Amino acid sequence: MTETTSPEDDIVPPQEVPEMDLYHPHSFLTRWIFSQDAKVIAIQYSLVAISIGMVALVLSWLMRLQLGFPDSFDFIDAADYYQFITMHGMIMVVYLLTALFLGGFGNYLIPLMVGARDMVFPYINMLSFWIYLLAVLVLVSSFFVPGGPTGAGWTLYPPQAILSGTPGQEFGIILMLASLMLFIVGFTMGGLNYVVTILQARARGMTLMRMPLTIWGIFIATVLALFAFPALFVASLMMMFDKILETSFFMPAMIEFGEKMSYGGGSPILFQHLFWFFGHPEVYIVALPAFGIVSDLLSVNARKNIFGYRMMVWAIVGIGALAFVVWAHHMYVSGMNPYFGFFFATTTLIIAVPTALKVYNWVLTLWRGNIHLTLPMLFALAFILTFVNGGITGLFLGNVIVDIPLSDTMFVVAHFHMVMGVAPIMVIFGAIYHWYPLLTGRMLHNGMGQFHFWVTFLGAYAIYFPMHYLGFIGVPRRYFELGETTFIPDSAHDLNAFITVAALVVGFAQLVFLFNLFWSRRNGIVAERNPWKATTLEWQTEHMPPTHGNFGKDLPIVYRWAYDFSVPGAESDFIPQNMATKDVKLAEGMTVADLKAEKT
Amino acid sequence: MSQTASPKSAESAADPGRIESAIQDWSSDQRAFKNVPWGKAMMWLFLLSDTFIFSIFLISYMTVRMSTKVAWPNTSQVFALEIGGVQFPLLLIAIMTFILISSSGTMAMAVKFGYSKNRKITAILMLVTALFGLSFVGMQAFEWTKLIHEGVRPWSNPFGAPQFGSIFFMITGFHGFHVSIGVIFLFIVARKVWRGDYDTGKRGFFTSRRGNYEHVEMMGLYWHFVDLVWVFIFAFFYLW
Repeated sequence: MTETTSPEDDIVPPQEVPEMDLYHPHSFLTRWIFSQDAKVIAIQYSLVAISIGMVALVLSWLMRLQLGFPDSFDFIDAADYYQFITMHGMIMVVYLLTALFLGGFGNYLIPLMVGARDMVFPYINMLSFWIYLLAVLVLVSSFFVPGGPTGAGWTLYPPQAILSGTPGQEFGIILMLASLMLFIVGFTMGGLNYVVTILQARARGMTLMRMPLTIWGIFIATVLALFAFPALFVASLMMMFDKILETSFFMPAMIEFGEKMSYGGGSPILFQHLFWFFGHPEVYIVALPAFGIVSDLLSVNARKNIFGYRMMVWAIVGIGALAFVVWAHHMYVSGMNPYFGFFFATTTLIIAVPTALKVYNWVLTLWRGNIHLTLPMLFALAFILTFVNGGITGLFLGNVIVDIPLSDTMFVVAHFHMVMGVAPIMVIFGAIYHWYPLLTGRMLHNGMGQFHFWVTFLGAYAIYFPMHYLGFIGVPRRYFELGETTFIPDSAHDLNAFITVAALVVGFAQLVFLFNLFWSRRNGIVAERNPWKATTLEWQTEHMPPTHGNFGKDLPIVYRWAYDFSVPGAESDFIPQNMATKDVKLAEGMTVADLKAEKT
Repeated sequence: MSQTASPKSAESAADPGRIESAIQDWSSDQRAFKNVPWGKAMMWLFLLSDTFIFSIFLISYMTVRMSTKVAWPNTSQVFALEIGGVQFPLLLIAIMTFILISSSGTMAMAVKFGYSKNRKITAILMLVTALFGLSFVGMQAFEWTKLIHEGVRPWSNPFGAPQFGSIFFMITGFHGFHVSIGVIFLFIVARKVWRGDYDTGKRGFFTSRRGNYEHVEMMGLYWHFVDLVWVFIFAFFYLW
């Protein structure tokens, strides 16, 4: 690099660490199955997560069929219904969303976006996937054991989770706990890799404050996961002992069928604390990568830098820190000390501040932008709407007095589906439409994509909007059937039927999306080199799709942040991160000084 | 242990303070922790995550000890060893603690000799550490056997609150598992040091990567952590 003539900001510190010692595969088996390439591992993670997610989708249909048309389906009894609820919840939160965001997008994007050849320890990364797969298989196996999977609800609260009368208390609960522990072990292996790669293996010139927000979101989410999963791990272990060895960690003295049980002296509330010490950070483990990715999708498609980049970074960090001190807002009705409720309501409202700040910044990014309504952009916009919707109902539930009447009603179901179901899944769809060309070299079919988007987006409102109303009139959640009750009017039953129809239609649209994924692999339009004109490093690789080692012979050198869109003075409306200022094509009559003048 | 006294201070004329230089490192490119190899960073992060596991074990133990209605057994009686008709409270635990802390000393020396590439002495010190670790696990097995003979079970025990047994087996078991894993890896790394794998740059069997003497230090970090955790278990479970 000739630094004598180049501007000051083209000077980049020299390489600090030697080239990564990569494993080069020799056979089909080591290249595609037991692969140590983060990109292949990412695809393996995603395929497994989406497959198990399909199971969860089908379970949600079955639940909705029962709720919408009670007494119509012989093959759904009350025990089945509770099993569907439990498995749907656990699969969606842990095995689909966590695995897809961190194992899938994390593995694919981290090395590419920070300019590394791979994760720092590819072998451990590979183990991470295989243990995840094992966890999923153990989970699936619980469908085939006597008694079926556990029906304890996804929160698995003791004592009922391991007592007779709860479906799956023979083997289902044991397999569920074992699967969770395996998942945590596998995830820890991957998570350590993601964090160390981001902290210690960035490209020359890639400072933390030049990283795309996608990486910031995944980074902080992974840190949360590494500190939150231990609580679930220990809680699972202790409940396993309560179940198998009849210890009494969580089990108080109880009488069953007139006989005193061998349990005594344990604390069921302890489990709730441990579960939610994991469970609340888990919400942000899912939300933060979504926040990050949606920031990049909005910026790229508005051709404008993200508004308040530093504020966005600190908001992610702040949300991450606060996520550990809000857990007991899930436990207002658990019987814990009421002063706790006061403390946790306060922290819950405080965490809304950085979250709201991010929403404002997304909207301000759009303001006066050159908006391209591409499919990823549509999903990103849908994310803002659904997330604001779910966030505002969160303020209702975060306050103790408002929460108590709403607790365990359909309002809660509507709230968390909107905020951590629909909203992050919108981002997942947007991200898949955005990065599919990078993975395959082809675009997803636009017509099918539009159909998928509009049905999913409008359908999500058709499903969850009425649920808020059902919750307000007091329709409880997790009830197999409502029966004859005075406070539930007939119209509520009609509404339930409507929701079910909407859910089935939205579910069908997902099949169109899956078909699109396979169809476009062969038949999609061949993508341009950088179809969205993005600045980040993953689009600047030597080959597209990127090959093993990501960046060809030379690693990229980073000269700027990820958001140089529509820079005044530049001819093109974006400047890739690895383009030196001296290489930027200037618009007519402009000088290098004009480029720097507008830098924020 | 850590090489915080980096030669970088010689470069800059105005020596920045500790906080300022940390900020400089974090706002630089490529690495947030300068001079920290990947493996060591990963081990630190893992230990931080593992700290959460052990903290939650101990917090759960304290909660359960409060929630149970039955009196907690007197640990100095339960863990007493009878020698020649005299009861020595906590004698075995004291010996175990002494051994584990000594093993930390030999481990620290192994790390020092590792960095001076004295491979025979490094390997011997690691083996000594591993043998200390093995004797710790052995004594733990003896303690378990003794208590099991006296009728202590995870679900009940003759001394008082049933949670005493559950907590005892779970926490010491989980810690003993950590020690055992440590011993296995001590043997593996000691063998590599002895053969000179880190001097010749021989590739690892599984990872096919070249190792170096930083592996000894990573091993050391893990071992000291396991040792430190034991101190907390000793204080909160045995002494209290």
